[in-house]
Amino acid sequence: MKNAESLVADEFSDDLFEVAGRREEDSEKISRPPMSAIKDSWMRLKKNKGAVISLVILIIMTLLAIVGPHLTEYKYYETDYGASYQPPNSDHWLGTDKFGRDQWTRIWQGTRISLYIAFLAALLDLVIGVTIGAVSALLGGKVDHFFQRLIEVLVGIPHLIVVILLIMLMKPGIITITIAMVITGWVNMARLVRAQIFKLKGQEFVLAAKSLGSSNSRLILHHLIPNTIGLIVINMMFTIPSAIFTEAFLSFIGLGLQEPHASLGVLINDGFKGMRNQFYLLAYPAVVIIAIMVSFNILADGLRDALDPKMRR
Amino acid sequence: MKKYVVIRLINIVLTLFVIATVTFFLMKQLPGSPFDEEKLAVLSDNQRAEFLSRYGLDKPVTTQYVLYLKNLAQGDLGTSYYFKGQSVVSILADRIGPSALIGTQAVILGLTIGIILGIVAAFRHNTFWDYSTMFVAVLGVSVPNFVFAALLQYYVGLKLGLLPVAFWESYSSSIMPSIALTLGVVATIARYTRNEMLEVLGQDYMLTAKAKGVKRIKVIYKHAIRNALIPVVTVLGPITVSLLTGSLVIENIFGVPGIGSLFVDSIKVNDYTTIMGLTLFYSAFFVLTMLVIDLLYGLIDPRIRVSGVKE
Repeated sequence: MKNAESLVADEFSDDLFEVAGRREEDSEKISRPPMSAIKDSWMRLKKNKGAVISLVILIIMTLLAIVGPHLTEYKYYETDYGASYQPPNSDHWLGTDKFGRDQWTRIWQGTRISLYIAFLAALLDLVIGVTIGAVSALLGGKVDHFFQRLIEVLVGIPHLIVVILLIMLMKPGIITITIAMVITGWVNMARLVRAQIFKLKGQEFVLAAKSLGSSNSRLILHHLIPNTIGLIVINMMFTIPSAIFTEAFLSFIGLGLQEPHASLGVLINDGFKGMRNQFYLLAYPAVVIIAIMVSFNILADGLRDALDPKMRR
Repeated sequence: MKKYVVIRLINIVLTLFVIATVTFFLMKQLPGSPFDEEKLAVLSDNQRAEFLSRYGLDKPVTTQYVLYLKNLAQGDLGTSYYFKGQSVVSILADRIGPSALIGTQAVILGLTIGIILGIVAAFRHNTFWDYSTMFVAVLGVSVPNFVFAALLQYYVGLKLGLLPVAFWESYSSSIMPSIALTLGVVATIARYTRNEMLEVLGQDYMLTAKAKGVKRIKVIYKHAIRNALIPVVTVLGPITVSLLTGSLVIENIFGVPGIGSLFVDSIKVNDYTTIMGLTLFYSAFFVLTMLVIDLLYGLIDPRIRVSGVKE
């Protein structure tokens, strides 16, 4: 033993060695660029091929909805009885309907309405649902009790019936549909947000923030909402296709938008009536709505996996 | 358990009362009358009074409301404004058969196909079978049911001529509407079964069963499927909703004389009593189904005490 030690000391002097372990000046160094939660989720989303393709399709659809109606010289409400029921040709790219209206223009006009409804519904769902859920969970007591009873009654009624009753009360149209969807749409979001915040409320970081003197609004905006954001985005993404569906559904049974307005539901209803001879009138709007719905659903799935890895199966 | 059911039933009655009240006063606010205004104007004052009193419309709104609730308690939903002299209950009774047939067929078909697809997809995880099942599931959730129904009618009914295009003539008339209605059910169930199955397959007790030397088929049936299917009961609620919604358009598309098409038609002709009656009927059906599902869930899965179902 002693022999070996002295041998080592003789042969290898201290200046041959370097500290290999932790160094004082390096221990605090950030070796990789900082990664925010959003960046992290975005990276995971990018790996999901289906979600990326869906995103691209949706961007193309949105662009077409914006520029599409301007690419032809026709207006979506412009009738031309001399040119009714024309199959797709170089002049009318997707043909014309029974009044000679240009189908290409009408389809993209309809897509505009679908997308408008989708984003408005999602936005209002976000504002109303999240606010009610957060306030209800934070304040508790009577406020919470009131909203819980209200939600219980609303959950007991099939949504579509509420929507239909409201549409009967007001004039059918975009605004009515939007209001009707707002009244019924926030319930789910409010429930989810309330449950999540209840869970978070008991955790230490909230107590810490409170004892440091943060106000209720700061608590909600800076501590609780950021921890609920994944859940909110996911729920919102599933609200969008269902809003698009509701509008198209109502327009299809004649309770939504009315002629001469074009929504995908109205177009599909028209196409359905004439599908025996003019199948193209049904086919194109059907393809567009299916593409939008499938893309939103796949993107929503992808986002759920990206934002909430625990949910991934 | 008993206490839970009683509380739920009281809640249901309260909910239905709220819905009845809201729809009643909503209907009173509605613009437009179910009766032809021009023809009503031709009548002499006496005749008009006689006419209105027959429908109880001459009394003040509050009296009408009390009368309405009283009749409701006795199971009387009033007289239709549109179908002359017929009570809403009798119209409902006439129309419920086709809707019930289509709905039941759609549920049975959807559950069978959905569960089989889900199980196959889980056992063949990340293979062609899995991907195609998931593709069907995404399509089924995304394609609006009226688009699917229209395409089905075009290809199967018109092009191939395999099944009657529309109307309610023989049993074969019910096949296409049932298929149209079942797509959403298949998609939801397949997706859910697959996810639950994957979860169960990863559990330790599956390994234990295998290690004990239990036959593969028995492991699948006794351990995997039974445990995976318990949570599937919870999606029956949303499925009921989608069937109710779906029946509104699909009965219209295929010309089925059911309550879905009745509802849409009565909205178009302002038949207020029928609308109120159907709204209540739908809501009652919906809340009772929810109750049954919650109770069923507690029965099937002993780990869940029924009292815990309430949030």
